[in-house]
Amino acid sequence: MQRKTFLKAMIATAVLAAMPLATFAQDTIKIGEINHYKRLAAFAGPYKQGIELALEETNAAGGVLGKPLEFIFRDDQGEPGEAVKIAEELMTRDGAVMLTGTILSNVGLAISSFAGEKGYVYLASEPLADSLVWGAGNKYTFRLRSSTFMQAAMLAEAAAKTDAKRFATIAPNYAYGKDAVAAFKENLLKLKPDAEFVAEQWPALFKIDAGAEVQALERAKPDAIYNVTFGPDLAKFVRDGTDRGLFEGRNVYGLLSGEPEYLDPLGDEAPEGWTVTGFPWYDLEDGPAGEFVAAYQARYDDYPRLGSIVGYMTVQSIVAALEKAGSTETEAIREAFEGLPVASAMGDIVFRAIDNQSTMGAYVGTTALSDGKGVMVDWEYKDGANYLPSDEEVSKLRPAE
Amino acid sequence: MEFFVAQLLTGLANASSLFLVACGLSLIFGVTRIVNFAHGSLYMLGAYVGYSFMQTLPGAVGFWGAILLAGVVVGIIGVLIEVLVLRPVYRAPELFQLVATFGVILVIQDLTLIIWGPEDLLGPRAPGLRGVYRIMGEPIPKYDIVLLAITPFIALALWYLITQTRVGVLVRAATQDREMVGALGVNQAVLFTGVFALGSALAGLGGALQLPKGGADLLMDFHILAPVFVVVVIGGMGSLPGAYLAAVIISVLNVFGVTYLPQSTLVLMFVVMVVVLMIRPYGLFGREEVAGEHGQVGEPELPIKPASTNVRLIVMVGLALLALLPLFGSSFAMVLTTDILIFCLFAASLHFLLGLGGLVSFGHAAYYGGGAYIAALLVTHANSPMELAFILAPLGAGLAALAIGWVCLRLTGVYFAMLTLAFAQLLWSLVFQWGSVTGGDDGLVNIWPSDWLNSTTAFFYFALIFSVGGILVLRHVAHSPFGYALRAARDSKRQAESTGINTQRVQLLAFGFAGLMGGLAGALFVFSKGSVFPNELEIARSFDALIVVFLGGVKTLAGGVAGAAFFKGVEDLLTRFEYWRLVMGLLIIFVVIVAPQGIVGSIRKAAIRMNVLKQGKHS
Repeated sequence: MQRKTFLKAMIATAVLAAMPLATFAQDTIKIGEINHYKRLAAFAGPYKQGIELALEETNAAGGVLGKPLEFIFRDDQGEPGEAVKIAEELMTRDGAVMLTGTILSNVGLAISSFAGEKGYVYLASEPLADSLVWGAGNKYTFRLRSSTFMQAAMLAEAAAKTDAKRFATIAPNYAYGKDAVAAFKENLLKLKPDAEFVAEQWPALFKIDAGAEVQALERAKPDAIYNVTFGPDLAKFVRDGTDRGLFEGRNVYGLLSGEPEYLDPLGDEAPEGWTVTGFPWYDLEDGPAGEFVAAYQARYDDYPRLGSIVGYMTVQSIVAALEKAGSTETEAIREAFEGLPVASAMGDIVFRAIDNQSTMGAYVGTTALSDGKGVMVDWEYKDGANYLPSDEEVSKLRPAE
Repeated sequence: MEFFVAQLLTGLANASSLFLVACGLSLIFGVTRIVNFAHGSLYMLGAYVGYSFMQTLPGAVGFWGAILLAGVVVGIIGVLIEVLVLRPVYRAPELFQLVATFGVILVIQDLTLIIWGPEDLLGPRAPGLRGVYRIMGEPIPKYDIVLLAITPFIALALWYLITQTRVGVLVRAATQDREMVGALGVNQAVLFTGVFALGSALAGLGGALQLPKGGADLLMDFHILAPVFVVVVIGGMGSLPGAYLAAVIISVLNVFGVTYLPQSTLVLMFVVMVVVLMIRPYGLFGREEVAGEHGQVGEPELPIKPASTNVRLIVMVGLALLALLPLFGSSFAMVLTTDILIFCLFAASLHFLLGLGGLVSFGHAAYYGGGAYIAALLVTHANSPMELAFILAPLGAGLAALAIGWVCLRLTGVYFAMLTLAFAQLLWSLVFQWGSVTGGDDGLVNIWPSDWLNSTTAFFYFALIFSVGGILVLRHVAHSPFGYALRAARDSKRQAESTGINTQRVQLLAFGFAGLMGGLAGALFVFSKGSVFPNELEIARSFDALIVVFLGGVKTLAGGVAGAAFFKGVEDLLTRFEYWRLVMGLLIIFVVIVAPQGIVGSIRKAAIRMNVLKQGKHS
């Protein structure tokens, strides 16, 4: 009896899975987009809007290779195992020609490993882990966003220009936090060999005990603090740190802290005078970035976040690759991506042939308060190409193919 | 010295919210015996509701009024949950209600997202309490001082309510012996609802009170859950002074941990919990659980029998159909079926422990994820061939289960469950922290099967053989003398002992065996996905299995497998829709209410009533 129900359920699922979808008609070029739409809704939402804006523009201009471009959006619940299953479904059942997406590094790495094994092209749009294109890199995986290493190197460069000697770090206790601290140290010590690291704090991700962390940092009496916390952790850290005077008279460097995703929830309590990487959309009026911001605000009753422009550039990169490939065959797309130049919303970028990393840069500036909310001032766009290790080092990092 | 005092004050302030949420959970458990997983969701709702009130109500009165109102509103939500969801299932098997509360979590998550949107909300400041007081020269935020002053008052008020009032007498009586309270003419339904409302209100208060120290975000429901359970267990379930003391201990230790051992943030509280439970098996102020409370309650279970010829035939046909899937199904159909099969084996291994052994493990992912990691580590670091790694993985997981079981089996009931959870968390922290070996949360990638197995079809058959084989072995063991001894130990430890069964050893072996089978599922998983991440060791993974076992039917042999197949399939369909968590949550609640015996159990019962199936004759 029980077996019957079990079997019924199994057969029902199997039949459902075996059923060809009605929408299988091959008149569009389909891209499989996997993301954590529920788990990280605040990040994935603006990213999706960026993609949809670029899609509308692309298709209004006649699509790609004479066909409309279509994205299939799927939620992976933030689970690597789920993402791999969905990747297979997108490629074999839904007729996607390549994969893209993810914010979380572990999900990105799972898809990347799968793509490398099965021979599917995967454009990792947002995950930051360095190993995605280096230690665990493969020839089918490309990454758009400037990585942890690149952004940390930009901040290290700024930190090296000051007199600060004693540095303290605070980073969430997981791979991204550790990579970010390691990359900052490596780059800072190269530029300023006498820098000293007097405290390293590792709060659990999204479970920060801000009061205790601030006390521990204060106790080390650093000249400068390098912050990697983000999201609700950042809000608590900033609030407790400001209250207890931790940031007074100290240089603070915040990785990603200037992105609207993280700065805006802080409202009028956004920290002032931090050197951060971020996205000052409010100042972008000229050039492709300005056009993007204007188009985004015209299309949505909302302003762009960093995720929005990454989503937009994801579509731009894919369009460029498909046009260069001239076909939707996997190998053609993969070869097209190697060394692919893209005229993107952040200016000209290249997907480097040596490690499949794009040279997308980041905006580095200082935080300030304006009309009761945090903004970046005195910012500068730093080209990612200048913040990557030498080709020799990179080829040592990547596994032989 | 100054620094020390400042740290102590920070710890005490942090204990405040934790205590409020924990004592609510403890009260609810003490009286209703419900392990309320939705308690974190009530805390989150408290934060969001409090935030909304603070936006509309002006000034200091508005601020403190908003916190009180948040408590009241969440209390009312608690009443709704109790009346609509939990009351219909009070007579269900022990711990079944926790599945219902899990459905509530999913529903609240999506409703919160719909109402308040995805962005994190920064908590408003308490009016007039911005800035710091200097205590012995050290800056302490004013709000911290207020918090650590308020908490003892709330604790005192609760103490007064519990020890000095008629309501309190009833609550204490119900905590000790709820049947007797009912027999003495107390309306249990009202008492339960009242306690649930009070517990929920406390969680809501806790959520609103922490707003000035942080804010409201969509992940806070799960993040508070583990610390709150740790506090309740360390304090002793049902004990308010215990909850307060434990909240203070955990919070203060955490502050010192952050300073002197910054990397300890992941493990500290679980280490404390293991140590406390080793010394005091029922927490600091808990009492030994009344015998029978966690044995088999409700109807006696039917004796199990091997499947009848008809059932065997049906299973054979089903398996044959599955084996033919590569002929008519798509490549994705095989991938999905592989996933489902692996999950079925994982659930079946937990079901063996839970259904036959009566051992509720909250940390079964330790063996599933453990098996996956053993295989991945062997491949990554020892370059071992896939076949060897695949054999060693379940063995290693089984050994780990034996070791962990040896420690955990000294406890019973919920304390046993929480200790298994603690060990699973310790394992998770180890894997998460030890980046150089395990890759941390970037995991281990490129763990693919050997060439002969690498095609989707080949691996599908491989998974089919091992999953179905594993499930059949589990089923066979249930019918063996060992299975009978295990059930005897579950139903009456004393009688089993007196017939010469070494119950301790039988249960330990069962624990190891279930771990071995969980490890087999994990090994299949890692080679089907090609990578493994700490997610596979998380609490959430343990609960996935726990929920499908309960929903499938604890007291039936096929419950675990049926539940797993049904819900994995449904999940695959639902995640295609935007508000799938809401639908999934409602579906879980629906199943819990209409099928309190689980899917298989309830169908069987209906079949018996309609005379389709004869009493006692079942598979």
